[in-house]
Amino acid sequence: MTEIAIRLENLTRNFETVRAVDGLSLEVPAGTIFGFLGPNGAGKTTTIRLLLGLLEPTAGQAVVLGYDTRTQAQEIRSRTGALLEHSGIYEHLSAEDNLGFYARAYRLPNSERQARIRELLEHMGLWERRKDQAGTWSKGMQQKLALARALFHRPPLVLLDEPTAGLDVPSAAAVREDLAKLAEREGTTVFLTTHNMAEAEKLCSRVAVIRKGRLVTVGHPDELRAQSGGPRVEVLGHGFSDEALALLRERPEVAAVAVQNGHLAIELHQETATSPLVSLLVGAGVKVEEVRRGKASLEDVFLTLMEEEK
Amino acid sequence: MSNETFADILAIVWKERKSQFRMRGSRMRFLMMLMSPILLATILPITWGPDWLAQVPPLAIAAITSVILVAVMVPESIAGERERHTLETLLASRLPDRAILFGKLLVPLAVGWGVSMIAILWSAVVVNLAHWEGEILFFTLPIALGSPALSFLMALLTAGAGVFVSLKAATAQEASQILTFAILIPPMLLQIVPMLFREQMKHFLDTVNGIQLLAIVLAVLVLLDAIVLLAAVARFQRARLILN
Repeated sequence: MTEIAIRLENLTRNFETVRAVDGLSLEVPAGTIFGFLGPNGAGKTTTIRLLLGLLEPTAGQAVVLGYDTRTQAQEIRSRTGALLEHSGIYEHLSAEDNLGFYARAYRLPNSERQARIRELLEHMGLWERRKDQAGTWSKGMQQKLALARALFHRPPLVLLDEPTAGLDVPSAAAVREDLAKLAEREGTTVFLTTHNMAEAEKLCSRVAVIRKGRLVTVGHPDELRAQSGGPRVEVLGHGFSDEALALLRERPEVAAVAVQNGHLAIELHQETATSPLVSLLVGAGVKVEEVRRGKASLEDVFLTLMEEEK
Repeated sequence: MSNETFADILAIVWKERKSQFRMRGSRMRFLMMLMSPILLATILPITWGPDWLAQVPPLAIAAITSVILVAVMVPESIAGERERHTLETLLASRLPDRAILFGKLLVPLAVGWGVSMIAILWSAVVVNLAHWEGEILFFTLPIALGSPALSFLMALLTAGAGVFVSLKAATAQEASQILTFAILIPPMLLQIVPMLFREQMKHFLDTVNGIQLLAIVLAVLVLLDAIVLLAAVARFQRARLILN
């Protein structure tokens, strides 16, 4: 297998009135877990469709596992497992039949088929209910089944659109662990989209952030934190008025200001005393309860990037 | 067709067979739907008597049965998958476009044609039971050969039209409504054309017998089927099937 699992060069896709993907260029090294992050409508799903050859690019090129998506999409789909925006589970079929169908589609021999179905369903904790119609299952169980289907034929690349969406906390943690093992032990490349920044931070060795179809940044989560997350102050309290935020933004040591989950996050250009900032806030009518110093999380970086892009 | 393509088509057929049989809630309801043609093939032969075996109505029953069943199943198979959000995952698999298309056509064709043939054979049994004349009666040769051929060709034509409709329909219901409208247009035209060309039609029908007329109809259907099927193969592409 090539060293680069996915290479995008100026990839662009237009729809009638929208440019969903706009000159996207990036590389995904083989055997890594790559997080593809962006707000709703950023172009993540369209990118996955382009990678699978389900849509043709308007311009540019995508090469997946060494195959061009325009001319060799069949080769790509043969070697790829996909969990898309919707789970794609046949709700009126049993779990066993859902996997049985994809086993036939990927031409697994009869002898191997049943063993693999059992292995995956047991691993996901679904074996006891394999005869149930999948439509009677919870969304989380269906999502696990969809993940089992994506991994069924042991593909070297899996494309996962929000793989832990709808899963409870233990199940999501188990899926993350599985994906990490998959990449580590079998060298599988995992390309995933997620809105869960903590998940991306734990799981991904590289992440790309896109907005309105354009690449905003790409790198290791630590690199991104280092890039955009200099010294940081988090203020807990209430009364974060627009006037108070505007006053903060005028300060030369302040790089960015954002209210996140009721907290005020202040990005600084360099280490500096926080007391003048706190005084400013108090003077502007903010009720300050707690002040913390710290480094930006990936979520902070993401929100800052989105703020800057605005 | 290579063995690999054949295996791919069979994979789709396997799934479609299971899906179509379980989708409508219960097997009983599905069987009830299939029983309707059998009921028609019971009542009409009793009314017609032995004449049933040599007249046009069995041909009409064979054609209508297959058209209706295929028209119900094909939109469900393609637009229905889109509606249930399973189509995109199917398209993301390694299965080639043609295998998906043929696999999705084979089950409705087999059910539509198979049920129409069972209904026709059953109607012959009914004639013999209800109007026993001391010997077993069967269809005349043109009806015996014409009904399976007509049924199959009409089913194929409907399936091809169903594929076109399903390419753009967001739901199975929308596809089914458009397809039903499309199916009703030819009979309506056939009502109008004889009025416009009454003399020419009369002259034409005077010059051909029933067998020749049937042969002409079948030949036209073969031509239409070939055109629709080739066009369906050309149009059934992944990029066209993803609407949003």
